[in-house]
Amino acid sequence: MESKKITEKKKLKLAIGLGSTCSGCDIAILDLGGKLLDLIDLADIVYWPTAFDFKHSDLKELEDKEIDITLYHGTIRTTEHEEIARILRKKSKVLIAFGSCSCFGGIPGLCNLTDKQQIFNTVYCENLSVSNKENIFPEEKLLINKNKSITLPHLFDTGKTLKQLVEVDYFIPGCPPPMQLIEGLIPLMRDVLEDARLPEKGTVFGSKKTLCDECLLKREDKMISEIVNPVTAIVDPERCLLEQGILCMGPVTRGGCEARCINVLMPCRGCMGPGPETEDQGVKMISAIASILGVKDEENLTDQQIEDLLSGIKDIIGTFYRFTLPDALLNRKVKERR
Amino acid sequence: MFEPKIIGFCCNWCAYAGADLAGINRNQYPPNLRMIRVMCSGAIEPLYVVKAFKEGADGVFIGGCHPGDCHYQNGNYKTQRRIVLLKRAISEIGLDPRRIRLEWVSAAEGQRFARIITEFTEEIKKLGPNPLKLSGVENGI
Repeated sequence: MESKKITEKKKLKLAIGLGSTCSGCDIAILDLGGKLLDLIDLADIVYWPTAFDFKHSDLKELEDKEIDITLYHGTIRTTEHEEIARILRKKSKVLIAFGSCSCFGGIPGLCNLTDKQQIFNTVYCENLSVSNKENIFPEEKLLINKNKSITLPHLFDTGKTLKQLVEVDYFIPGCPPPMQLIEGLIPLMRDVLEDARLPEKGTVFGSKKTLCDECLLKREDKMISEIVNPVTAIVDPERCLLEQGILCMGPVTRGGCEARCINVLMPCRGCMGPGPETEDQGVKMISAIASILGVKDEENLTDQQIEDLLSGIKDIIGTFYRFTLPDALLNRKVKERR
Repeated sequence: MFEPKIIGFCCNWCAYAGADLAGINRNQYPPNLRMIRVMCSGAIEPLYVVKAFKEGADGVFIGGCHPGDCHYQNGNYKTQRRIVLLKRAISEIGLDPRRIRLEWVSAAEGQRFARIITEFTEEIKKLGPNPLKLSGVENGI
């Protein structure tokens, strides 16, 4: 009797689409554990290629706006990702960018520092383990016979966020999104099911403050005399990592993850994206780090000493824009014309 | 002939007053500079500079007080470090770091202000238009 009741209950339709992703976001959903049963109780999964055998045709057969909630994770790198994102937008009522890649570009978004040809050269020619004397590169189209050919998706030069392509309703950042944010999906699903009032469009799940606000380490004086390597440094487990000279993105990153990396004494890498009211995570960090580095005796520093101090920060774009390059103001490598 | 657009951020107490003096003295300098007065060079967020480039500026000039002369004691030291870091960041993205110029100009150095702006304008003319403006960020490389 009880089981019959459950099957008759109205259920949501949930889809989980993917772009260029490591599928860590899928694993994060599975990591819900017991809560996963609550989720399954509320929703039927209509599309989730990572976990079930769904084909593109299954997605295309759905009616417009038939899916209630769609989670999309991964950067947009190929024509296939773009196509899936556009179809999912058309077919779903609520589209959620899930994970740092679809919110801000994520790690695959660092592809914007290079282009397709350079990536192909590295992968298919220049790597030491590769021997490719004839310079053979993968082709998008292969003719099998006169009437038949098979194609691969086209790889873009530039990685894009989901927001740059289609309208996005909500953002759940994190790499992968922290458990407490994914659990927040369950009340949201109930609201959608009961036609209750939904959060404002464009809401970013997570804290309204930066990570420093929820970090438990002690902050004493905001100044550092040199940048140290977190791998070789002897870390004081009580004191703010940034004050010890370890590059921690906490001051410019949105909270909501309860400082899961800092709790194990690894500095924040900024996966939750720019903090609230922050437009561009990287330049904000440039501003923040330059304000506190070498403050002591700053009037006596020579230009060379300043250069030396700052040379401790290697690979500025890769460090400060590790998860947000496609979403940044300068989001693409350019070339000066001489 | 390419006429660059240069955005200048000048601190109220030194560089802006220096520019004022250049005007009073009738020191000539090219009209490519669009000047914005800020209270201190330390108030110039790197974001302002990046935004100027994003909106199509060909160069950004930052003028502050000489070291030790800052009206707010240490604003210009912070700017100096920020600009060093920002120059490295924009060169990683492919822009020429010479498009940003930081100079200390006192209120008494009107002639020097005119000379610096003339030099900087010439340099930007040689560098050519901002590549972000030409290609659009989309198909940059």
